[in-house]
Amino acid sequence: MSDTQLNSYRTLPDDSGRFGLHGGRFVAETLMPLILEVETAYRKTQADPSFASELAYFHKHYIGRPSPLYFAERLTKAYGGAKLYLKRDELNHTGAHKINNVIGQALLAKRMGKTKIIAETGAGQHGVATATACALFDLECEVFMGAEDVRRQKPNVDRMRLLGAKVHAVTSGTSTLKDAMNEALRYWVAHPDTHFYIIGTVAGPHPYPEMVRDFQAIIGTEARAQIIEAEGRLPDALIACIGGGSNAMGLFYPFLDDEDVAIYGVEAAGHGIDTGLHAASLTGGRPGVLHGNRTYLLQNDDGQITDAHSISAGLDYPGIGPEHAWLHDIGRVNYVSATDEEALVQFQQCSRLEGIIPALEPSHALAFASTFLPTIPKDHVVILNMCGRGDKDLEAVLPKLDERGLL
Amino acid sequence: MTERIASCFKKAADEGRSVLGVFVTAGDPSEAESDRILDQLVENGADFVELGMPFSDPMADGPAIQAASLRALAGGMTLLKTLAMAKRFRERHADIPLILMGYYNPIYNYNPDKFITDAVDAGVDGLIVVDLPPEEDSELCDPARAAGLSFIRLVTPTTLGNRLANVIEKAGGFVYYVAIAGITGTKSADISSIGNAVGRIKEVTSLPVVTGFGIRTPEQAREAASRGDGVVIGSAIVSLIEEASSAERSQEGAIAGKIGSVCATLSDAVRS
Repeated sequence: MSDTQLNSYRTLPDDSGRFGLHGGRFVAETLMPLILEVETAYRKTQADPSFASELAYFHKHYIGRPSPLYFAERLTKAYGGAKLYLKRDELNHTGAHKINNVIGQALLAKRMGKTKIIAETGAGQHGVATATACALFDLECEVFMGAEDVRRQKPNVDRMRLLGAKVHAVTSGTSTLKDAMNEALRYWVAHPDTHFYIIGTVAGPHPYPEMVRDFQAIIGTEARAQIIEAEGRLPDALIACIGGGSNAMGLFYPFLDDEDVAIYGVEAAGHGIDTGLHAASLTGGRPGVLHGNRTYLLQNDDGQITDAHSISAGLDYPGIGPEHAWLHDIGRVNYVSATDEEALVQFQQCSRLEGIIPALEPSHALAFASTFLPTIPKDHVVILNMCGRGDKDLEAVLPKLDERGLL
Repeated sequence: MTERIASCFKKAADEGRSVLGVFVTAGDPSEAESDRILDQLVENGADFVELGMPFSDPMADGPAIQAASLRALAGGMTLLKTLAMAKRFRERHADIPLILMGYYNPIYNYNPDKFITDAVDAGVDGLIVVDLPPEEDSELCDPARAAGLSFIRLVTPTTLGNRLANVIEKAGGFVYYVAIAGITGTKSADISSIGNAVGRIKEVTSLPVVTGFGIRTPEQAREAASRGDGVVIGSAIVSLIEEASSAERSQEGAIAGKIGSVCATLSDAVRS
């Protein structure tokens, strides 16, 4: 191995699924044979060029990849600093980055001979993407969604039902994304032979964090080639929002070894970190074990998981992918946060200045960009992952914009 | 320590009968009533006790035990208090095996080494930590065994293939056969498959084998127990707390008494 490889940030996880302290396979014995089966099958597809070409076909003709890298001139002017490029993953079929991962896992499930799919969803974007892939590939689909999220993301629930998925409203625990994931895992335990669990983010037991990252890395791979074409060089910084962290991991991963590229992950600060009502696991949590992996978690003094709070259902999760936890520990990525209020302002501003209605999730990334860009030189170049579109959020956001006189 | 588990099974074998284990969640419905419930279980024929360490996100449990955890946590239960409850139990009952069952995060948060020390000090005999498969043995299983605690393994229908030897390797106390593919308290165990499974397990270990998950009625308990060395009943007992009337809740010992009488019925069934 050469020195450069030894110094690479792209060699993990190890064989036991660890990213430093984080990751692993903390699941009940009932699930162990299943995740080992997934790992074996995934390794086989990695070595199979026909899988890559099948995936590439659906990227191009079904999802609509590559997504554009767009110079946001008016936002750049408004922020008054470095040049801002948006990676337009909100233009993907189904309106978010989630489909990149789902198509990959659904193809894997088919190769494994599975006929039924389970998924958890928070904002509903992963649920919609999974229901979509299941329609496409003729798979049965069951989506677990917290009852609270079913209420606040009704348009996505309707889309899933139209696509033929069965949506289970989860009322256990706090009725949000973490409980949906508990319930999906419980359901998988009870149906080990027929079902494949498509996890929507870079979390869960090994090999999910690695597999989801690999399927999302297309975002960063494209962005890297596109920025070199547009600017003739690598960017100075990357920005992405983080709930579980799949869009961020997808953008960041191909740039991790480019040490001159500064990387920023933006967690949801909810009402503010100091209020305790937030979803910032790295900023406000500490290491623990949940949903099959060790990572930073929001928890109380007794190790009980506490509720996350965010206006964005997609960021409303008390944990974060284990690779982010590791990148935080070693300092390669800077993790910052933005509040509900800051995200709302950007939701409106991006719509007005660029004609792009961002989802609430990337509105958090925009909020950080708005304060960060003015602090760096004007000739610097920054890529922000516009990972989803905001149509799903209108019902929740418009009354709040009205209250603030922003409409 | 582990001798208590071995002698419990030996005593039952000498008497030509199976063993009854009962699961309850520590602090459900309250700390004081929980102490009384444990006494009632012992007085009414439970051969060993599994004391649940409540957790906010019990991934392998069905609605009954999820609710029990949340009730206990709402009442202020913590891992520290569970260990204190275990210690009080040991002071009152010198010989009954006591097993702590739960999930890893509260233990990890408490500090695994300190947890092992305090569990040994409290007179705990064994641990069942649902989300620590053999792949994660260095976290808790290895140091717990070194300290003399039995690390009890769950064996599921999906384990019976090529994982069985690996799962049994460091198992202590007894092997817990999970009779259903699923979570606690949701399906009825397929009694007819238990005999085969227990036979498979006994090919690779000399430890006793007990069956749990999906055993609710005295009849199921008798049938399942006769196909191995014992049974564990959890959700069916824990549900009695949820179903308790407000009059029973407000009267000290009423819930414990009710659980005691159900335990006696189960014990009679297992012994018959």
